Amino acid sequence: MRRSPLLWAVALAVYAFLYIPLVVVVLYSFNDSRLNAEWVGFTLHWYRVLLNDGEMLEAGANSLLIAFVSATFATLLGTMSGIAMHRFKLRALPLLVITPVAMPEILLGVSLLIFFVQVLNFTLGLFSVLIAHITFCVGFVAIVVRARLAGMDESIFEASRDLGASPWQTFRLITFPLILPGVIAGALMAFTLSIDDFVITFFTAGVGVHTLPLQIYSMIKIAVTPEVNAVSTLLMTLTLGMIIVASRFAPDALKGAA
Amino acid sequence: MALLEIRNVVRRFADFTAVDGVSLQVEAGEFFTLLGPSGCGKTTLLRMIAGFDAPDEGELLLDGQSLRGIPPEHRPIHTVFQSYALFPHLTVAENVAFPLRMAKVAPDDIRRRVQDALEAVHLSEKQRHLPHELSGGQKQRVALARGLVNRPRLLLLDEPLGALDAKLREEMQMELINLQKNVGITFVFVTHSQAEALALSHRIAVMNRGHVEQLDEPSRLYSFPRNRFVADFIGKINMLEAAVLRSTAEALVLDVAGVGEVWAPALPAVAAGQRGMFAVRPEQVRIQSGEVAPAGVGHNQVHGRVLDFLYIGDVTTYLVELANGTRLEALLPNTAPGRAKFFEADDPVTLTWSSQVGVFLDA
Ligand SMILES: Nc1ncnc2c1ncn2[C@@H]1O[C@H](COP(=O)(O)OP(=O)(O)OP(=O)(O)O)[C@@H](O)[C@H]1O
Ligand SMILES: [Mg+2]
Repeated sequence: MRRSPLLWAVALAVYAFLYIPLVVVVLYSFNDSRLNAEWVGFTLHWYRVLLNDGEMLEAGANSLLIAFVSATFATLLGTMSGIAMHRFKLRALPLLVITPVAMPEILLGVSLLIFFVQVLNFTLGLFSVLIAHITFCVGFVAIVVRARLAGMDESIFEASRDLGASPWQTFRLITFPLILPGVIAGALMAFTLSIDDFVITFFTAGVGVHTLPLQIYSMIKIAVTPEVNAVSTLLMTLTLGMIIVASRFAPDALKGAA
Repeated sequence: MALLEIRNVVRRFADFTAVDGVSLQVEAGEFFTLLGPSGCGKTTLLRMIAGFDAPDEGELLLDGQSLRGIPPEHRPIHTVFQSYALFPHLTVAENVAFPLRMAKVAPDDIRRRVQDALEAVHLSEKQRHLPHELSGGQKQRVALARGLVNRPRLLLLDEPLGALDAKLREEMQMELINLQKNVGITFVFVTHSQAEALALSHRIAVMNRGHVEQLDEPSRLYSFPRNRFVADFIGKINMLEAAVLRSTAEALVLDVAGVGEVWAPALPAVAAGQRGMFAVRPEQVRIQSGEVAPAGVGHNQVHGRVLDFLYIGDVTTYLVELANGTRLEALLPNTAPGRAKFFEADDPVTLTWSSQVGVFLDA
């Protein structure tokens, strides 16, 4: 198929618009100047500043912890609901599980805030952020796992029982190995979604915890220093790495969901 | 005692009855076939035997013990699925080893028995391959080896040859017969192909709309269908309207539309005056040229004209029209080389058949 030059131009413009700011952020994290204005020279100074910034490091540690814990729980719950959605053809279940994925984040954030503070009378902090992150990640994992199961011949699970495997053995020896790529892809997605989430975290963190995105936001309210560029670059690298690994495991599922 | 006994089994889905009061017995060592058109409930019945589904009414017994409430993994019954259902992430050898692992067979024994099973289906050199690297026929063989390796009391096969092309199908039919003979395991085989059923089975249950129409040996099923459905479903058959004139211990005398008086094998249950159908196979009807004089009482014959013929290679089928417009088929083997037909369209011919063939069907 021949593609028209116009199409090429449009595509190029769109990608340029998307990626040039990212490239600029990365470049200026190595710029030997206080300002993100002109290129002065190469330095690792801003990364050194970052390493000595206690608050930023704490926020980073928080983010990693939250991402790790919520990815773990979201993967467990999401895998189970993915399997349940596939096995029991209930109409309400997919709706319940997948709605948080489609819901505007701001809505989810606000409703979680109201729920935590007014209904549960809960002090906002690490725990509320964790619950919130698990909530919105479960749906993503469930979608990926379900997509994997949907492409499978149903009779292999019956064959396993037929040949002497208990339901648990069937899960362990047949179902789980077959959905594992989906589970891993889902876990990596949950991790990346959690680590760079801003909106939901903003509403559910209270004053107690700071995550990396929240910290970056509060810094740029004062002034954009290249330290922000440096931390953004690190975050971007991590996210990108995760996405690449995730797409290795479940290329089809990821294409469908992301 | 029968190995498997099915007693009055009924299975309903919502308001639809898929299996409607089936009773039958399968003997140990038998090659038993469930034959019937699509949707007649064969798979549903098989799934209840395997334990994936349970009857709403009736009982299934294995060796005289009820199977009620026993999950599939605790039944000494294995299934070969139509889709093969090989585990895609396990190699051929691992697939075949699976039932042995589940049965906690010692690893050394597993290795030996997997080798033997793969040898029996001529797949030893493929044991390290994954299922997606195999052809349809090879997958079929792996599924068979996997189903047989732990020597179940009963092997269920749901249209296992359905996905294969005609030639491979014939090959696999031969192999199935030999395999069943060698391992001595009871087979319950499902198919909607009457030719396959006739070729493979010791006994066949012909199913229609959830119930068994007739259960018999292939040759009896073919020669003495009990009703119109069976007669029509198994092979080709001529069916003519008929009324019973006399019913004696020796013979049945019928008045067949367009033919006149016809002598047929005796049927004790039939009484004079009954109406129904007279059915006779094309290969039992002889075709001769010209108008042959009647040969006397007990010799069935009728005149007609050749309407059309179909050359199939080994035989030619002639379609003959009788004086009243009724059509009958007669089959003639092409024994003489290079001759496709013995009669031309519009030739006057006489059809004859013995009083020992054909059946009267009242239903
Ligand atoms: N789980 C189910 N729910 C509702 N109806 C069903 C179910 N399983 C089977 N049926 C119906 O029961 C009937 C018999 O189905 P079954 O699969 O036993 O047919 P079959 O004889 O195996 O046909 P085929 O030769 O096409 O495989 C069909 O009309 C089918 O639609
Ligand atoms: Mg079927």
